[in-house]
Amino acid sequence: MYCSCCFSLPNSSGFSVATMNGQLKKCHIAITSFIDSCSPFLIPSSLSPSLCDSSHNLDSLPIVAVEMIHSLFLINHSGDIFLEKHWKSVIGRSVCDYFFEAKEKAAEPEDVPPVLQTPHHYLISIYRDRLFFLSVIQTEAPPLFVIEFLHRVVETFQDYFGECSETVIKDNVVTVYELLEEMLDNGFPLATESNILKEMIRPPTILRTMVNTLTGTSNFEERLPSGQLSTIPWRRSGVKYTNNEAYFDVIEEIDAIVDKSGTTVCAEIQGVIEACVKLTGMPDLTLSFMNPRLLDDVSFHPCVRFKRWEAERVLSFIPPDGNFTLMSYHVNAQNLVAIPVYVKQNISFFESGSGGRLDLTAGPKQTMGKTVEGLVITVHMPKAVLSASLTATQGSYTYDPATKVLVWDIGRLNPQKLPNLRGSLSLQAGAPKPEDNPSINIALKIQQLAISGLKVNRLDMYGEKYKPFKGVKYVTKAGKFQVRT
Amino acid sequence: MTPMQKLLQLPVNAVNMVKTVQNQVQGFQEEDKSPVLSPDGAHQAWYSALQPDELRHLRSGGSGGGGGGGHNSEERAPLEEGGGGGGGQTQPLRHDDLKEMLDSNKDSLKLEAMKRIVAMIARGKNTSDLFPAVVKNVACKNIEVKKLVYVYLVRYAEEQQDLALLSISTFQRGLKDPNQLIRASALRVLSSIRVTIIVPIMMLAIKEAASDMSPYVRKTAAHAIPKLYSLDPEQKDQLIEVIEKLLADKTTLVAGSVVMAFEEVCPERIDLIHKNYRKLCNLLVDVEEWGQVVIINMLTRYARTQFLNPNLNECLLEEGGESTFYGSDADQDEDEDEDKKDEALSKRKPYVMDPDHRLLLRNTKPLLQSRNAAVVMAVAQLYFHLAPKAEVGVIAKALVRLLRSHSEVQYVVLQNVATMTIKRRGMFEPYLKSFYIRSTDPTQIKVLKLEVLTNLASETNISTILREFQTYIKSMDKDFVAATIQAIGRCATHIGEVRDTCLNGLVQLLSNRDELVVAESVVVIKKLLQMQPEKHSDIIKHMAKLTDNIQVPMARASILWLIGEYCEHVPKIAPDVLRKMAKTFTNEEDIVKLQIINLAAKLYLTNSKQTKLLTQYVLNLAKYDQNYDIRDRARFIRQLIVPTDKCGALSKYAKKLILALKPAPILESPFKDRDHFQLGSLSHLLNTKAGGYQELPDWPQDAPDPSVRNVEVKESVPEWTKCSSREKRKEKKVEKPFYSDSEGESGPTESADSESDSASSSASGSEQSGSGSEESEESEERSDSDEEEEEEEEEAKKRKTQKKEPIEAVQQSESEQSSEEEVKKRKVSIPPPRNVSESESDDDDSPSDSSQDSESEDSESEAEVKKKKKITPPKAPTKPVKKEGKKEKKEMSLLDFDDFEPTPSPQVTPVGNFLSSSLVTDLEGLSLTDTVLSPATISPSGSLKSYELLHRITGEGLWVEYCFSRQPFLPDPHMVAVQIQFTNSAATEAKSLRLEEAKLQSGMRVKEFPEIEVLPAGESATVVMGVDFCDSTQAANLQLCTHSRKFFVSIQPPVGELMTPSFMTENEFKKEQGQLMGMNEITEKMQLPERCQNEHAIVQRVIAAANLSRVPCGSDKECSSPAPPPPGPPVHRFAGRTVTSGSLVLVTVATKESGPSQLTINCEKMVIGTMLVKDILLALTQ
Repeated sequence: MYCSCCFSLPNSSGFSVATMNGQLKKCHIAITSFIDSCSPFLIPSSLSPSLCDSSHNLDSLPIVAVEMIHSLFLINHSGDIFLEKHWKSVIGRSVCDYFFEAKEKAAEPEDVPPVLQTPHHYLISIYRDRLFFLSVIQTEAPPLFVIEFLHRVVETFQDYFGECSETVIKDNVVTVYELLEEMLDNGFPLATESNILKEMIRPPTILRTMVNTLTGTSNFEERLPSGQLSTIPWRRSGVKYTNNEAYFDVIEEIDAIVDKSGTTVCAEIQGVIEACVKLTGMPDLTLSFMNPRLLDDVSFHPCVRFKRWEAERVLSFIPPDGNFTLMSYHVNAQNLVAIPVYVKQNISFFESGSGGRLDLTAGPKQTMGKTVEGLVITVHMPKAVLSASLTATQGSYTYDPATKVLVWDIGRLNPQKLPNLRGSLSLQAGAPKPEDNPSINIALKIQQLAISGLKVNRLDMYGEKYKPFKGVKYVTKAGKFQVRT
Repeated sequence: MTPMQKLLQLPVNAVNMVKTVQNQVQGFQEEDKSPVLSPDGAHQAWYSALQPDELRHLRSGGSGGGGGGGHNSEERAPLEEGGGGGGGQTQPLRHDDLKEMLDSNKDSLKLEAMKRIVAMIARGKNTSDLFPAVVKNVACKNIEVKKLVYVYLVRYAEEQQDLALLSISTFQRGLKDPNQLIRASALRVLSSIRVTIIVPIMMLAIKEAASDMSPYVRKTAAHAIPKLYSLDPEQKDQLIEVIEKLLADKTTLVAGSVVMAFEEVCPERIDLIHKNYRKLCNLLVDVEEWGQVVIINMLTRYARTQFLNPNLNECLLEEGGESTFYGSDADQDEDEDEDKKDEALSKRKPYVMDPDHRLLLRNTKPLLQSRNAAVVMAVAQLYFHLAPKAEVGVIAKALVRLLRSHSEVQYVVLQNVATMTIKRRGMFEPYLKSFYIRSTDPTQIKVLKLEVLTNLASETNISTILREFQTYIKSMDKDFVAATIQAIGRCATHIGEVRDTCLNGLVQLLSNRDELVVAESVVVIKKLLQMQPEKHSDIIKHMAKLTDNIQVPMARASILWLIGEYCEHVPKIAPDVLRKMAKTFTNEEDIVKLQIINLAAKLYLTNSKQTKLLTQYVLNLAKYDQNYDIRDRARFIRQLIVPTDKCGALSKYAKKLILALKPAPILESPFKDRDHFQLGSLSHLLNTKAGGYQELPDWPQDAPDPSVRNVEVKESVPEWTKCSSREKRKEKKVEKPFYSDSEGESGPTESADSESDSASSSASGSEQSGSGSEESEESEERSDSDEEEEEEEEEAKKRKTQKKEPIEAVQQSESEQSSEEEVKKRKVSIPPPRNVSESESDDDDSPSDSSQDSESEDSESEAEVKKKKKITPPKAPTKPVKKEGKKEKKEMSLLDFDDFEPTPSPQVTPVGNFLSSSLVTDLEGLSLTDTVLSPATISPSGSLKSYELLHRITGEGLWVEYCFSRQPFLPDPHMVAVQIQFTNSAATEAKSLRLEEAKLQSGMRVKEFPEIEVLPAGESATVVMGVDFCDSTQAANLQLCTHSRKFFVSIQPPVGELMTPSFMTENEFKKEQGQLMGMNEITEKMQLPERCQNEHAIVQRVIAAANLSRVPCGSDKECSSPAPPPPGPPVHRFAGRTVTSGSLVLVTVATKESGPSQLTINCEKMVIGTMLVKDILLALTQ
């Protein structure tokens, strides 16, 4: 309030105002104390109304070349920094303290804000596989750009080492470093396609490391990589296979919220086509669907030609070598989404507060004649629930009193004899009856079925002479499938 | 340790001694010869001391450090953070080992050493003392060693500048290497070494690399530019030169990197982009994903400085109509605005989108399908900031898709969506359910989703949203529950209908066991009650009771404020509350204390008898409070309310001051004003300006000269060899109509395509209405107006008249007309969102061979397509697209990245393709949306001429109007679409509104609209029904039923509505006209009034009177004389078909310079012809 009044005076330097208007002293004490904390030559600019913005504006030097990612820190679950990489000058680890502070505040690791502001830097982090990937940037950069890149780093690690965990990264620290060096140049992504990277840095295998150690040869390609230069950056040249095969997995996930009474609040299908293509040479593939109109929204691997999709609804592409996600799609047919199972639930707590009763029954709903497998029901219980003594007619259940999660692993769903889980829950002594309702999450799997009805029509190959082996597999899974109680 | 060292040193030193004499090459050779023996021997010696670990080391082998075998026993200790002082002692020793290894001749040892060093760097250990040892190996032949040395060098060069210089010559040699990859990597490392002294060398290297043959090296040069710039900003000018050069590069590989460099070094030099703008747009699809993001962001800024705001006119038109969530203040001065708007509109020349602007929008749209979230977001922000309102909707689906991604991505996307929903609610409304919250979402995602849901709340969906909120309140996540309660409060303040429901719900929450929930509810209830306190004294009473239980300060303060403010509603309770509060005063929080003082003051003023002493007591307590704010407040209040002899004039007004009516608070979204930051930026996310943030400039008032983007085609011929000649021609063509002042170009091409021109443009109009209807309420009339506008535009261009003046004249003259006329005028002055169609279809004259064959077929089928389109607009766009694609397929080579990819081939379309190709591409995206938009939601349009079906008095409060929407009636093409609007102005709701056929004329058919089950009081609803009038103007008599009554009503179509536009060329028109002579021809002479003289007015009026389409005219004139069109009397032709029988209706208006004009109508159905003559005559002469 004070500030606004004194700053609104035109062209007045802060000091003159302070001496002229005695009653405004308070405000100027604030200002001068603020100035004290800044370097002295900043005084004139600090008195501009932009003062209120934030202090870092003032101390950012006039010439700061924008760079994207300055540094990367890998932090494990317990908060140790176990790897750091700087693409420009070194930034001290202390910058991570801001992050740790935020991590302390957050109840769950997922709740740590992905973007944090510190006086001199911005911290953008992701949480994957129980690790934090924390990048430091100094200036404006699209946050999604950084986040997406970090995820790409994780995916590259997974691709190289099979998993992305602290031990694996520590064991392969040199490869990791080489990868990071290649992926980012001066903070700007350089080579992120795994095919190019693999040409430059060979992924470690046990056999090769043995041989390398014994012979002293490196895991670097002696031949210089050509992928960067090729017209098709995602495919390396000179691929050779004796068995030429192309497999496509159509994996669909049902995201749904079903309310208490069993009616669907919202439901949608998210699908993805994972491909494993091992073909010699430069094959040009065309994948067509029986019913491409089903697809409401699609996104593609860069290899897919947009225009052909727009025009003919076929996927035409020169595939990367090996495993990749060809496309992901979305089927938004609110009413058409078949919900394969239902869960009848009755969870109640006694008024007295001493315990409660739980009764769950799962049954098939619209399974399209296929069997539901891998059915797992997870219930997040209220905090007051201490333990559960239940009996399951099928499968087994576990209750973790620390996380308050009840997991009932049913397995294959038998339509003749519906699995049931019932019994009593015991509450913390003296705790009031919980008001919040547990929510039920369902995981399941149906083989040989794409629940949206999507069907691959055919796969044609051009550009190469041989006849590849082709295969398509359909799987339906439950995605974020939730039953409210 | 020491024995091991000895073991170690012996063999190594021995080898060294022997080999110092021999040169290194020999050493390598020897090593090559015996790969196992000598290095392995060394290895074994090295590790023999530690047997058990050896195996493990071998397994993890190449990975080095982390698993680094035997040395870990020593190494590990210092590595742990703050791990003991022992590290200090062992470190030098260990480093000696490493030095030893680095000095050896064996690559394997060097490699091992380097790996361990890198592992140490990775863990943040300082290894700078090894610099001399490491830097020697920069020339090592082993690539892996070399790479690791590079890693080291880049890390420590800054600290050891002098030593780093030793390595420079190696890189300089590398820069000359015949292998492009080696050149590139040398430049990369050289530029990463942050040593000021080598700036000149770097500069030279960059300059050289920028003109390297290999695009990969050029890319590296682009990467090096920002590095050099950050090292020495003095070099800026020289670097800009390099950037300028690289910007002209034609390869996709370089584009992304150089734009990045541009953004870092000289983002203000927007002029460098001009010449490369079109190239960048065209290359964009094939640039790698990271480069795409940078380019799109840069182009967004560029477009903001170079093009006009496409929404400017619409803003003026719609700002009142579109009730934004927070637009309450806008509504108030709507009326004043109206006049201003009209004024502004009449002054403003019609908006024409720059074709380059369109190019950008068109070429970025496919990127919404990218797998990379950052690219999608970049395109989304580009559309949000640059696209015409009607087109922004396409981004919604892609953004919603990103919500499936990782939670960090969700977080960023939701923040941006939240900002967008405030401006463009309609865009995300269809995706409401995608924002429903799952209990497994992280809290921060939940809160953001909640924000979006709140922003999306409107009268229509509030009940669903509130039902959702109800389930959220039961959540275990208390922060989220609190946020939900606030959200309910916001919904309640903005949507009056649900205020009471919300309030009741919140009051119920007051009995919740969780104190946080209760507290939050109290705060929200307080805000709601402030809006209408008199109705809710019982709630206030209830809350007064809560003071005993609630401890949360904010909630207590809220309750006290409420009681004080509305103490007259609770006269008995208020003093008692004050009494209790006075007791606990000293223990309260500051905000509560302040409210106690407030309460005391208010009670003192209203009820001084009971509370005088209490107030004194409270003020006394406050006087000695620790907090100076409270002391201040107490002193101030005392002076104000307690009458003393010396107190001034103020105390007279104490009541007025303290008990003044307080305006109800406006609960606002925290995202309200965020959109002044560029969406997707860090600054937007943090809502503060981040360092290096480039402000998104405001649209310019007048567009800068667009010709700056023209590229000399000749100059770039060598590079362009790959693109077809057609492409080049196109490039020229596109520019011509817009940029060339004199029409120097030849005529024949023009005339050939001009036939298809207006057809396509009008087609575009109708298409647009189908797809673009999502948000603009005036979509329908817009579609018409677009049509007119575009034709008019084209016409104006053809005649090379200055387009501005005549239109303006017309507009001004018309403004005096009746309101209906005014509506029309508004229609006219809405700018066509795209005009590219015309320009682009100019190159239709060069169809490829294949299309030539199919051309006639095409144009025939086109009519069918057209028809189909009429029937099913949502599907329509895809059809032509399909055809497009087939053609395109032929010329699509394997993705050709290295050289300039020709502009997207859609520009190549055969003559007679009604949909101009560019339009097709534009509509592709739009077509994505319209599947989502329910076709039932046809917005009521004020500007169509509507007729009364049922008067509100006869209808007992039900008021029914109908109008002819001129949209194709989907279920039956032989029916006329009639849009009916029900308005229930009665006090009670009307139920089950439906139509029943009564007495229809023979042959007439009616397709009823689905029954409206309930129409609440004050609401209105719009439905569409189809009527087959059998091409007669006989009224359709119907029965309109409500749950209680039946009304006889009739719908009478004006003759002009009994037809649908039909598209034909002038030649076809003449041919058809020749067959409809004699009895079928009706001619009428007329004197056109002054203001109706220009063709714009004529076209507009004829089309308003009858649902016809204009036949592109002028081919006869322009064919013969290319340059200025002859001033001969223009003839306007219109064509249509009757809806039921499909008989042709041809209208010709021939104006004469002097003397009467002539109106000719040729129609098989004489009755229709006669009636139409009358109508059109009336329309024209009025």
